[in-house]
Amino acid sequence: MLTLDGVGKTYRTGAFGGRELTAVRDVSFTVASGEVVSLIGESGSGKTALGRMILRLVDVTQGSITYDGVDISRLRGRGLKEYRRRVQGVFQDPFSCFNPIFKADRVLSIIRDEFFPGLRAEQWRQRMDGALAGVRLDPAAVLDKYPHQLSGGQLQRMLIARAVLLDIGLLVADEIISMLDASTRIDVLNLLGELKAQGLSVLFITHDLSLGHYISDRTVILRRGEVVEQGATGEVFANPQNPYTRTLLASVPQLHERWAAQ
Amino acid sequence: MALQVKDLRVYYRTLRGDVQALDGATFTLADGEIMGLAGESGCGKSTLGKSLIRLDARMRLVGGSVELDGDILPIGDDEAMRPLRFTKVSLIPQYAMSALNPTRKIGKLIAELLRSRGFDYGRFRPELIRRLELVGLGREVLDNYPIELSGGMKQRVVMVLSTLLDPGLLIADELTSALDVSTQRAVAEALVEFRDRRFVGSIIVITHDISLVYQIADTIMVMYAGKLAEKAPAETIVTAPRHPYTQLLLSSLPEVGVRYSDRKLTGIPGRPPTLLKPPGGCRFRDRCPLAYDKCREEPPFTEVAADHLVACWKAM
Amino acid sequence: MIDSTILAEAEAGHLPLAESKTREALHYALRNRKVVGGLAVVLAFLALGLAAPLFTDHGPNDFVGPPAAPPSGDYWLGTTTFGQDVFLQFANGIRSTFLVGFLGGGLAALIGMTVGFVAGYRGGLVDELLNMLTNVVLVLPALVVLIIFHAYVGVTSVPMQALFIGAFSWPWVARAVRAQTLSLRTREFVDLARLSGMRTTAIIRREIAPNMSSYLVMTFILLFGGAVLFAATLDFIGLGPTDVVSLGLMMNSAVRWSALHLGLWWWFVPPGAGITAIVGSLYIMNVGLDEVFNPKLREE
Repeated sequence: MLTLDGVGKTYRTGAFGGRELTAVRDVSFTVASGEVVSLIGESGSGKTALGRMILRLVDVTQGSITYDGVDISRLRGRGLKEYRRRVQGVFQDPFSCFNPIFKADRVLSIIRDEFFPGLRAEQWRQRMDGALAGVRLDPAAVLDKYPHQLSGGQLQRMLIARAVLLDIGLLVADEIISMLDASTRIDVLNLLGELKAQGLSVLFITHDLSLGHYISDRTVILRRGEVVEQGATGEVFANPQNPYTRTLLASVPQLHERWAAQ
Repeated sequence: MALQVKDLRVYYRTLRGDVQALDGATFTLADGEIMGLAGESGCGKSTLGKSLIRLDARMRLVGGSVELDGDILPIGDDEAMRPLRFTKVSLIPQYAMSALNPTRKIGKLIAELLRSRGFDYGRFRPELIRRLELVGLGREVLDNYPIELSGGMKQRVVMVLSTLLDPGLLIADELTSALDVSTQRAVAEALVEFRDRRFVGSIIVITHDISLVYQIADTIMVMYAGKLAEKAPAETIVTAPRHPYTQLLLSSLPEVGVRYSDRKLTGIPGRPPTLLKPPGGCRFRDRCPLAYDKCREEPPFTEVAADHLVACWKAM
Repeated sequence: MIDSTILAEAEAGHLPLAESKTREALHYALRNRKVVGGLAVVLAFLALGLAAPLFTDHGPNDFVGPPAAPPSGDYWLGTTTFGQDVFLQFANGIRSTFLVGFLGGGLAALIGMTVGFVAGYRGGLVDELLNMLTNVVLVLPALVVLIIFHAYVGVTSVPMQALFIGAFSWPWVARAVRAQTLSLRTREFVDLARLSGMRTTAIIRREIAPNMSSYLVMTFILLFGGAVLFAATLDFIGLGPTDVVSLGLMMNSAVRWSALHLGLWWWFVPPGAGITAIVGSLYIMNVGLDEVFNPKLREE
């Protein structure tokens, strides 16, 4: 469904863009329909840049990104808007994702204004309630409230509901639970699992290997902008081929095992 | 150094009343013990850590006492605490990496700090360099500006700086939360090495990541909604916890090994109670699957086994 | 930095905060002495400027009274050396003062905010070019340009003067708005708005500007005051429109006809005091508004 082929991202920095910074170099992988792929990397690995390129928030410098056969890296105007109906994103900081001076459900009404302008109030209400139910939110508890009156977990679920409203095929989840408390994290993660069972694909971007291992079918390991290893999650974690992957796995703190002496 | 905390209460002043952030903490810390202080946001762990070294303007000491090696620690008196900070009690603050003055070279920063305490930089320089090398940093670091160092390097510089005067008690607040997994391990192990070499006496490691603190701590204390829930040796907490909150919390952590397709983990439904006017009795009872009528009465933090304290009626 | 405990309380929705930020702002604004006091003074002057000329049957420049007469029952602020009614001149002068403040300040606000929003939001080459433009206008010697302009074309009306003032006063606004926009643009709700298909102008208008509304209001007030001062200065040195009554022109005439030496204090003191009072009250109002919008500054 989603194919990245030789994708690269170079930023221009300095006055008049004199210098260059390469964030991503020659990255290729795919996300099939109904599949959860985790994109694992530490800071500086380029994983966020990749997510933003897939969401077309930044331009692709090299290579191509194809969604259902269409090269989305050159889309503009109506084509781009159509793409937005198919692919959406949720980000790390729920409190930064909501404009603090407006009510939280404004993110949902913006979707209505942009994508469903002709919909009657009642039909919209039904759609919205359905989406909120799908993320286990009680409409009475979250509608008509300001972001600071809701918890991080509720806000993240609302953002997932916003994406689901559009009947998307792919959700790009960039560190969506790292700012939540441990006891709510797993619930949001399980939610992704449920959505996947309903046919949604997820690109799960994270630095936390245990989360990736829990939820994903396939894993792509990134280091300094390049793919060092990818494959079925079970395989990558059980038989890491790349020394970087092995170091990463060895450093992850486990709950029932102390770090092996190095 | 041995630490004894008795019924410590610290509240925050807000426009709407007092937030009872820390409501009666009683525990002891032996000399050379590394204790992990774990809990979710709002449980009071940062308040506890901060109150042991410096109460800021909004914090109010409401009751309780702290003793370090038998001497009362005057935490309520800012002036009296000043000579003790950095020398007897030291802190590695959260976001320590951002605590380094960006306009000063590291060496100059340390020199100024020591001078302000009345210590001679020249006398400390050889030991400083020795410790920097111990954590894997060369002496060139002293000539760098903070912006030239990576997050992990800055964190290690702050670690060395905070422990330079061999404090008896070190409080590390979210030491590794902003670091990558590979640097996390290096920094955490450096902390243990500091204790092993007696650069510090005892350490309180404040964290929200139980798996990480399990790697380095001797004991772990779990807090919930301003109260202590459980304290036990690290191994016991992780393998045989007695407090329902600890049990539920641990079972919601995905480690490498568990997969969604095999076994779905569950979180803890609901939210912690407000600390503005907290409910009476056990503060976890609204979310606890084992709650019964006795829970309306607050359970005391008592010893149920050797070195194992729990605040739960069901566990006793 | 918000303590994690307080933040957790707020996150848990336990700290009740005002339903509407505007209502909260209004509530505090009406109770802030600086805001109310400043606004009262400004509105009083405005009322004077609007109402007074309606109740007299002669014009401000008509020779109606005894020359150089001190304030009396007939002529509340006395007369000039030519027998013109100073009070009427004063009231009419206030009109043009407010007009130039509103037009000049408004124009500067419009240009500055547009340049600032676009430069801050777009970044890249657009930002660089707009920055260059801002810097050039910033260092242009406005007075020199005006003298040349006056020599060839002449500034003949208050709106024209306002246009000129507006065209030179916007750079600091552009800089400040650009800085705020740059920081707001990195917030993830802007990304979400883009993902929702919102266009750039809509994002600036509906997501970014409302977050800065308090700042924009205060900026306009400062520009208003600045325009008034600038206009008064120009009028005083004779570079303003001469067939319209203004406070600066009054002071210009007073100096030219030696009011100071002759002791005709009622001619030059009121316009100077008027400008000082209006601009001063505007600035005090601004300080008060800063307290209203920034809860940490409130004296509680």
